[in-house]
Amino acid sequence: MYDVAVIGAGIIGTFITRELSKFDLKTVMIDKENDIANGTTKANSAIVHAGYDAKAGTLKGKLNAKGNAMYGKVCEELDVHFKRIGSFVIASNEEEMESVKDLYERGRKNNIPDMKILSQEEVRAMEPNLNEEIIGALYAPTAGIVSPWELAVALAENAADNGAQIKLETEVLGIEKNEEGYVIHTNNGDVKAKYVFNCAGVYAQEINEMVASRSFSIHPRRGQYNILDKSTGDLINHVIFQAPTKLGKGVLVAPTVHGNLLVGPDAEDLEDKENTSTTSDRIEFIREKSRKTTTKVPFNKTITSFAGLRAVSNVGDFIIEESKEAKGFINVAGIESPGLSAAPAIAEYAIDVLKGITGELKERKDFNPRRKPVIRFMELSDEEKSEVIKKDPRYGRIICRCENITEGEIVDAIHRNAGGRTVDGIKRRSRPGMGRCQGGFCGPRVMEILARELKMDIKDVVKDSKEAYILTEETKQNTPEEVVVETLEEIKIS
Amino acid sequence: MKYDIVVVGGGPAGLAAAIEAKKNGVDNILVIERDRELGGILQQCIHNGFGLHVFKEELTGPEYAEKFITELKNMGIEYKLDTMVLEIGEERVIHAINTVDGFMRIKAGAIILSMGCRERTRGAISIPGSRPAGVFTAGTAQRFVNMEGYMVGKRVVILGSGDIGLIMARRMTLEGAKVLAVAELMPFSGGLTRNIVQCLEDYHIPLYLSHTLMEIKGKDRVEGVVIAEVDKNRKPIPGTEKHYDCDTLLLSVGLIPENEISKNAGIALDPVTSGPIVNESMETSIEGVFACGNVVHVHDLVDFVTAESKRAGKNAAKYIKKEIKADAKTAKTKPGEGIRYIVPHMVRPENVDGTLDLFMRVDNVYKDMNMVVKIDGKEIKRMKKKHLAPGEMESVKIKKEDLGFKEDAVITVQLEKEGA
Repeated sequence: MYDVAVIGAGIIGTFITRELSKFDLKTVMIDKENDIANGTTKANSAIVHAGYDAKAGTLKGKLNAKGNAMYGKVCEELDVHFKRIGSFVIASNEEEMESVKDLYERGRKNNIPDMKILSQEEVRAMEPNLNEEIIGALYAPTAGIVSPWELAVALAENAADNGAQIKLETEVLGIEKNEEGYVIHTNNGDVKAKYVFNCAGVYAQEINEMVASRSFSIHPRRGQYNILDKSTGDLINHVIFQAPTKLGKGVLVAPTVHGNLLVGPDAEDLEDKENTSTTSDRIEFIREKSRKTTTKVPFNKTITSFAGLRAVSNVGDFIIEESKEAKGFINVAGIESPGLSAAPAIAEYAIDVLKGITGELKERKDFNPRRKPVIRFMELSDEEKSEVIKKDPRYGRIICRCENITEGEIVDAIHRNAGGRTVDGIKRRSRPGMGRCQGGFCGPRVMEILARELKMDIKDVVKDSKEAYILTEETKQNTPEEVVVETLEEIKIS
Repeated sequence: MKYDIVVVGGGPAGLAAAIEAKKNGVDNILVIERDRELGGILQQCIHNGFGLHVFKEELTGPEYAEKFITELKNMGIEYKLDTMVLEIGEERVIHAINTVDGFMRIKAGAIILSMGCRERTRGAISIPGSRPAGVFTAGTAQRFVNMEGYMVGKRVVILGSGDIGLIMARRMTLEGAKVLAVAELMPFSGGLTRNIVQCLEDYHIPLYLSHTLMEIKGKDRVEGVVIAEVDKNRKPIPGTEKHYDCDTLLLSVGLIPENEISKNAGIALDPVTSGPIVNESMETSIEGVFACGNVVHVHDLVDFVTAESKRAGKNAAKYIKKEIKADAKTAKTKPGEGIRYIVPHMVRPENVDGTLDLFMRVDNVYKDMNMVVKIDGKEIKRMKKKHLAPGEMESVKIKKEDLGFKEDAVITVQLEKEGA
């Protein structure tokens, strides 16, 4: 019997699980996927918004600003890439300038620090590569960029280091309420818990309706993106949004924490909660839209395109509350943008909801907020590189040529708590295959290391999901006899 | 560590360059190879057809490589395997790592870059659809099948008709897979004619020219693809879609010289070839740094790589011996009508030995053309060509004595219609 079960191992589930691990609670986090962060968290804009966008008084408004302020500390504790590079909302005409001013006012109500409206000259001085037609911008220096899946993995690892359990490949089939709490039926056995957090992303509605009648609905909204080669990351230095107009929100252009350039997303409401396909017309659409921000994006340096799904609710705000019909069942649902930015504050808020049910929770004395630092070989000085290889020669072997990722980093990513088990899982943790060759060279090597370290057959190594097999069978193996026969026949013919 | 010449890359280009440098009197040479063995990508090319020009016989990739590896070893040239160059810094100091020596700073008198090339990926050409397993570049599939001993699929569609894709169509067929189709965006193949015949026609594998991939289907593993015909502007023609049930998509959509180290070192690159701008000695824009093979421009035959690399090796040796005239008068080469690029980009006649070899690719399929070489507009050579295709590299030999010109001359090569 667990005290708490968290359903969903995305950024919200992992933040809540890590927060729970600060208390004297027996916690389990379950997810149907075979890795942390395999839903919305793995495909989004990776932006930590300053918080001027949401209306004052909403949960979005309150938790975005608060969450943003919490980012520095949590990323430092968990050794996760986070850069507070600031954001622009650009305006190309007077009408857009009006909406920039509205955002500024909204930001003031949300207490966003240090915002400023920039003149055309100021914009140009700070971002020389932007479109010359831009006449001004809202500047919010507290906006940042982060690696969302890296953060989710780090949170899961730290929660596990502090005693939380993680059950992957565990799909919720049904939930039963009894006097003690809940029995969660899964394909991987029953999970019993007194309290449940529903952090199931696009599936939060289905999970809620296993214990209660419909109080909200969730539908997926797809967004498509382009990622460009690292050589393009310094085209701009801030997150650049376009001013919202009657025609929509526009697309953003932003550097990533790893120095690539990200362009996207569009927004398209779908029915299918698994449809993360990209389409050529939409990719063309975001490319065209980005020209308003800058005409200098070299799209021929695109290394990949991807699509992600936002979990959009009919409520219009985050839903973070105990179900009215199911005591101890807490929905954390409809976490669309700015969900990533608000995530640290959402977790605290969600724990407060739990405290409201249980009364004060007992804090653990031995909670360790830090995880073992990650050695990122290419970020080290020459002397440090030399030292690291002396201690562990595996850091002297480059596996990924594009990103210069060493074997040591890959082995480390496998063996940590919540470690990677798949080729993409390793890619999300230590980046082999994230570069311009997209795993063409290092893919086979990473598979070999996974098979060796996890003592599995290389044929069982998958790309990402359980069924995403890569190799089908061994090639034909000739026995020595067959070889002899063939040779004799050849002799006869000649 | 200190060497007269350091060769970055131990594939066919690096091996030939190192051997030639040694033959030209430089002893202190190091070859750095990032893989576990020498020979580079040839080790996974177990089909034959290598060496027709150099050895006048048909060899497999590993056999071709072995000849050079043996020679390199017999000559006592040093090499380090499993070693990665991270950076080429000022004063030709190379930063490299491996598991045995750790972090190394290697001072080189001259450097020869021979890092080869990589394949364009799905992302590079923005193929829409889902992102399942089962999408491989042809070269990655080749490595799995030929070196690791595993099959990557059973029902295969190939996008692009580059040589590795064509070779893999045959290879997968021989291993028992069904290759359903090869789709090529252009109205002509990007591969060698002999590979179209030997790898597709002989196995009844259909080649669809002017076709593109519309979609990849399947959530976990590829479940199918859709290809469609394109019009003159390479836009898909509605109604021409063909659906294939397949579990694998191989991509053979082009190779790109691997110049990350060169770029970081500040070496000037040619946007057309994606390789360094080189002169007649295969020297890059940084003095004493030479380049050869697919890192300069993608070759279709390894024999041409060998020839080019010998030139780089020989000239690196001359550089060490201070026999290259750096301030000699220089001409630029310029691709004219019908020509995409020319290597080398610059020519100093004083440093040319015997003949100057210009290598180039044409921009379309042509029949019955004249290839005309001019210096400052004055014709110095004209050759009849029955058939020209972008997939086949062309070369022109110019005698040193024909290279008399003023400073800053321009050497052009262009195509002219027969009888025009």
